[in-house]
Amino acid sequence: MAESPFKVDIERAEKELTEKMTPGAIAYIPGSSVINKTGSWRVFKPEFNKDKCVRCFLCYTYCPEPAIYLDEENYPVFDYDYCKGCGICANECPTNAITMVREVK
Amino acid sequence: MAVRKPPITTREYWAPGHAACAGCGCAIIMRLATKAFSEAMEEKYGDPNAFAIAHATGCMEVVSAVFPYTAWKAPWIHVAFENAAAVASGIEAAWKKLGYKGKILAFGGDGGTADIGLQALSGMLERRHNVVYIMYDNEAYMNTGIQRSSSTPYGAWTTTSPPGKYSIGEDKPKKWVALIAAAHMVPYVATASIADPYDLYRKVKKAAKVDGPAFLQIHGPCVPGWRIPPEKTVEVAKLAIETGVWPLFEIENGDIRNIKFQRFPKDGKFKKPIEEYLKLQGRFKHLFKRPGAIQELKEQIKEMWRVLGKEVELP
Amino acid sequence: MPMKRVMKGNEAAAWAAKLAKPKVIAAFPITPSTLVPEKISEFVANGELDAEFIKVESEHSAISACVGASAAGVRAFTATASQGLALMHEILFIAAGMRLPIVMAIGNRALSAPINIWNDWQDMISERDTGWIQFYAENNQEALDLILIAFKVAEDERVLLPAMTGFDAFILTHTVEPVEIPDQELVDEFLGEYKPKHAYLDPKRPITQGTLGFPAHYMEARYKVWEAMENAREVIKEAFEEFEKKFGRKYQMVEEYKTDDAEIIMITMGSLAGTLKEFIDKKREEGVKVGAAKITVYRPFPIEEIRALAKKAKVLAILEKDVSFGLGGAVFADVSRSLINEKEKPIVLDFIIGLGGRDVTFEQLEEALSISEKAMKEGVEEDVYWIGLRKEIL
Repeated sequence: MAESPFKVDIERAEKELTEKMTPGAIAYIPGSSVINKTGSWRVFKPEFNKDKCVRCFLCYTYCPEPAIYLDEENYPVFDYDYCKGCGICANECPTNAITMVREVK
Repeated sequence: MAVRKPPITTREYWAPGHAACAGCGCAIIMRLATKAFSEAMEEKYGDPNAFAIAHATGCMEVVSAVFPYTAWKAPWIHVAFENAAAVASGIEAAWKKLGYKGKILAFGGDGGTADIGLQALSGMLERRHNVVYIMYDNEAYMNTGIQRSSSTPYGAWTTTSPPGKYSIGEDKPKKWVALIAAAHMVPYVATASIADPYDLYRKVKKAAKVDGPAFLQIHGPCVPGWRIPPEKTVEVAKLAIETGVWPLFEIENGDIRNIKFQRFPKDGKFKKPIEEYLKLQGRFKHLFKRPGAIQELKEQIKEMWRVLGKEVELP
Repeated sequence: MPMKRVMKGNEAAAWAAKLAKPKVIAAFPITPSTLVPEKISEFVANGELDAEFIKVESEHSAISACVGASAAGVRAFTATASQGLALMHEILFIAAGMRLPIVMAIGNRALSAPINIWNDWQDMISERDTGWIQFYAENNQEALDLILIAFKVAEDERVLLPAMTGFDAFILTHTVEPVEIPDQELVDEFLGEYKPKHAYLDPKRPITQGTLGFPAHYMEARYKVWEAMENAREVIKEAFEEFEKKFGRKYQMVEEYKTDDAEIIMITMGSLAGTLKEFIDKKREEGVKVGAAKITVYRPFPIEEIRALAKKAKVLAILEKDVSFGLGGAVFADVSRSLINEKEKPIVLDFIIGLGGRDVTFEQLEEALSISEKAMKEGVEEDVYWIGLRKEIL
């Protein structure tokens, strides 16, 4: 299974990030926002039907988080840790390969 | 079947976990612009990371850099609302002296660019700093809660341009900072939109590769500010282009007689009426009850195209 | 060998900048400081100073560009005065909060309205809460030296705060005096290169500067500025000592003059200290037990030094070219804070004097002294006086 491009950042932030005040309140760990699992914001969840996917990359391109990355074959992988459920991917998908379904938590 | 390759780099400089609203149009700009920038830096200098970002106060700044977190994976600085262009000038000068190869990217919203930051922007462009300034245009002060800016379009509701008995909402035409930037006769000025991400990508790359300053004004819909459902962010941006509301163009060296247009109908006739764009957005809802208001907006859009050298027909 | 030249205060400041070798200078013309960027642009044009000189479109952008340059990791310098400094106000807080050791030369000038290009200290005094270290120079030599010292202190890792050095408009900015220009080699030794560990913008180590501080973190960030300013006291003293060893000129937080047996000590800053010392000499000849003290470092405020001074005298008479409307002079407030919890303290009187370039004469100093003598004998009637007012046109 493909890995999140932010795996390194997540590991580093989990290990090193502290609240200790730095000079100038500088944030020294790049991409440390990955600590915030914004998937908890979600009301609707994108469900992906690989059979319909033509790998046009629009969902991948448009994702504002980004919570979509690509697997070895360049199919989209949805990262539910961060997906806020905006639904742009489903709205823009030309083949209806993505559907938004109410989140069951 | 062969593995298709994505048309944009898979490198990311904008990490998830930021606090932008679901469906934020400007977050898409942050992500795509930094990706495009990195591709340009790789092609030009052989180093995809050869850039730093100066960011004006605004939505994308506050959602991305809350101590101790940051969504940025490039060197990044925020100083104040009105001075991103001046800060970028200072970084560029320092990088010259440090012998760094690369380019500085500045981001400002429409408030930070069209209004309070206009002077600093003009100075940076005029002094020919090697900076790309991207104005992410969501057409109001969204960070402070949706107040009108000079980039707010005619007729739009905002909290400081409410429609009422004596008001149709915002009553001034939109100011086009791209044209002001072009008047500085800098190498490259363009408009773009998240509606056409690959056009946006190409333009950011082009801006990043020119020697000297470049300016991009990029349309980025705002879910709460435009009163749209989050999934409609891209759809509404597409309608802005298809109805003639948002022009896509490039101006090189200030040559306004040779503006290059993208996605402009050959016959100058837009097929979709602007009503289709307006009705998707709560901020224009009241216009449908105001006789003449939409017609006035159409006249202004035609005038904008006339200034750009195009006679257009709007259905 | 150091060379001596006759030069204006502005030229001395430009020479200090040249000796400090900043990589980026951003400045905008303003009377009375304009000659500083003019002279620096000459140095750059002649290849005597290897720096980027950004000719910005405002002082706001001057300080903003310096913030960008300093945040990128290089030494940055600017010069301004009065309205220009006021226009920078917002960014001054940010430069300190972001811990960027920018150095700035100020030709101390009055603030509008009415518009006035002449000397007082209102411009710098009004920036006292921004987190910048503040030095006030008595003469052109001090202007040069205190700019070099400003770099040294600002860039110290225990401090990392921006610093400004003020010298009085026209009285110093435009007046020629002999100034010793230190040897470049010695200055290089004294300052070293600026190689920040905390803040720079390098693609090899991407960091985020200028974050948003929520209530959970903001106070700690500001406390760090407080702590750095407190550390600056010691660092400034060390820098003064090292400077004296290298260059032979002695500086102190507060410089005392004939205070040992003084009943009244008149306190001031900047070039007025020169006039005051002459006045003290005259009064001493007349047998009056009066001394003077010059505050060289205004931020951090020399609280301990003022306490020591207070132990010597019955009256501290502050002569200051600034006013905090509805309160009194700012230095008066600072001196009062220094003494408020002392068991025994002298009378403290405030004399607002010489605003907007009004000449400070011996008559005016005489008036301040006689009010002080009266208060010493008969008690305090008022504690804030405007001296040298033309009452006939009020």
